Amino acid sequence: MKLKNALRAATALTLVAGAAQAETITIATVNNGDMIRMQGYTDDFTAKTGHEVEWVTLEENVLRQRVTTDISTNGGQFDIMTIGMYETPIWGANGWLVPLDDLSEEYDVDDILPAMRGGLSHDGTLYAAPFYGESSMVMYRTDLMEAAGLEMPEAPTWQFIREAAAAMDDPENDINGICLRGKAGWGEGGAFITVTGNSFGARWFDEDWNAQFDQPEWKNALEFYVNLMNDYGPEGYATNGFNENLSLFQQGKCGMWIDATVAASFVTNPEDSTVADSVGFALAPNSEGVEKRANWLWAWALAIPAGTQKEEAAKEFIEWATSKEYIELVAENEGWANVPPGARTSLYETPEYQEVPFAQMTLDSINAADPTDPTVDPVPYVGIQFVAIPEFAGIATEVSQEFSAVYAGQQTIDEALEKAQALTNDAMEAAGYR
Amino acid sequence: MARAVTTKRKTLTTALAWAIGLLIFFPILWTILTSFKTEAQAIANPPIFLNFDWTLENYAIVQERSDYMRFLWNSVILAGGSTLLGIIIAVPAAWSMAFVPSKRTKDILLWMLSTKMLPAVGVLYPIYLLFIELGLLDSRAGLVIVLMLINLPIIVWMLYTYFREIPGEILEAARMDGATLKEELLYILTPMAIPGIASTVLLNFILAWNEAFWTLNLTAVDAAPLTAFIASYSSPEGLFFAKLSAASTMAIAPILILGWFSQKQLVRGLTFGAVK
Repeated sequence: MKLKNALRAATALTLVAGAAQAETITIATVNNGDMIRMQGYTDDFTAKTGHEVEWVTLEENVLRQRVTTDISTNGGQFDIMTIGMYETPIWGANGWLVPLDDLSEEYDVDDILPAMRGGLSHDGTLYAAPFYGESSMVMYRTDLMEAAGLEMPEAPTWQFIREAAAAMDDPENDINGICLRGKAGWGEGGAFITVTGNSFGARWFDEDWNAQFDQPEWKNALEFYVNLMNDYGPEGYATNGFNENLSLFQQGKCGMWIDATVAASFVTNPEDSTVADSVGFALAPNSEGVEKRANWLWAWALAIPAGTQKEEAAKEFIEWATSKEYIELVAENEGWANVPPGARTSLYETPEYQEVPFAQMTLDSINAADPTDPTVDPVPYVGIQFVAIPEFAGIATEVSQEFSAVYAGQQTIDEALEKAQALTNDAMEAAGYR
Repeated sequence: MARAVTTKRKTLTTALAWAIGLLIFFPILWTILTSFKTEAQAIANPPIFLNFDWTLENYAIVQERSDYMRFLWNSVILAGGSTLLGIIIAVPAAWSMAFVPSKRTKDILLWMLSTKMLPAVGVLYPIYLLFIELGLLDSRAGLVIVLMLINLPIIVWMLYTYFREIPGEILEAARMDGATLKEELLYILTPMAIPGIASTVLLNFILAWNEAFWTLNLTAVDAAPLTAFIASYSSPEGLFFAKLSAASTMAIAPILILGWFSQKQLVRGLTFGAVK
């Protein structure tokens, strides 16, 4: 009888413990290929841990607004949020995120690429685990390059890029020498012109937070970009962003395209791309004599909002989704070209992955980007294609609108730079930086 | 001669009306066509109009990835609930403004409409905090109330306009016959204003169905309607236009069908009193 009771009690306790452990976590994420793939493998996570997952997938800008509202008001709608390198240090500093400083030993946190770990930390504490990371690089048509009698160096200069664009430009056959982002928005054309600025020696602010758009480096960068695009770029480039250029490149209408390294898997996929077998890669360019290159650094990372009731389950998910095992799981089912790139050192040491054509160039591009030292002259901020302060998104969106107006031929470079200088200084003064 | 000119004018007007109609409908038609293309065909340049291999693959993928019925059900409840609640509040309000106006009635109407002039994002934080406090985040009840409130000014205005067309003497006669206020509203006013109420209901239902600010910002899993369903297929890093089009087609199909069957009432209601 006693034994029976003891067994009953043990069973009841196990059930209670089991019920307390199995949670349903809600994850907010973006609709990018790697994220969608991860949703497909949720069953593997549930089988391993017993936790269920609810996905809230949103468009990037909607997601940003949605999770910002929720985290700043302690709304508690999400247990995990997909955020980027821009938000992580700011939110970490605000105490809005759970520090990821007690991840398990098997997870091997030291395997995360140093550049990614640095960009997702605040004061040395990691606040988000990278799911995939990216930099930017030159993608070019090897066939057109050969026909033009040129050879792309591994680390080209802007001057060479212009020469190659001129050689490959073929309006009669509807081929533009080069396609680049011009679309307004801090994360679209704003990001591109900021890294272009870096590669011409420009910077957003001096060490006292004074805007630097009145300096010659910015004028040189903008003049070079506008002339290059007006001469060899596609028509209406002022409204082209990542997707528009991807579409043009995949249809064989661009000789070169400088953009996110994650595009490499799209343009080399024969199902979608007409030029899949003739794409080469090179480091993002710099202007002759300038040590900084025009490559950015970005990661889509998973973070836990402070205040969630399901912190342990959320951590288990993050460890699963950003682990080496997850990468192997995807590789096993969908091939190495489809694993989430740019997050772990060990991935780039895997012989099978080294055979993927864009793997090495992606790693080199990521390694060439240092968010803590993004410009030639010293700056008071962290971030390469952005400035990691809360005010930046608003300011940079306005500045990029002024620049896009130049690309569309609605104002001159001098006018745009003057406006950018004034509006940036005004906003920084209002925010108390100056 | 006069007849010939009239016929010619009629043909011209009809052709023009069709042209404008097609122009307005074209983006929807293009979305529907794109939903049957492959991703590569969806971005082809020059664009392919009809000459492509029609595929249902996008619909299959969308079906597999999302629980469409859950989103649809939420849309029905949110749009239906907010419309019903709105009408219950707006009929008495519009009645009092139309038949028992005071000196301030016009001002009140204008003030009500002025609440529509504030960009929604301006009150996002106050509403969000209220929702947290009341435990209404991601709940259908909370969304029904918000959608009702944002559309209420339009409902009151529309009903007020219709009620003004009804002679007050009829209501007076009912009162003389001993009808109570409730009877007057339910048995006299409402039946006479049915076309107006019907078109108000329809328009409000469509507005609530399409509302994509509050429904995205105040929901997560449980109360997310079709607007959230579409938003989950929009991608800034990747070309998934065919899948996005399939999701959009699935989201607008119910409302398109509803609009098709009730177009007579809609047009009649919207042009009610327009000739005066």
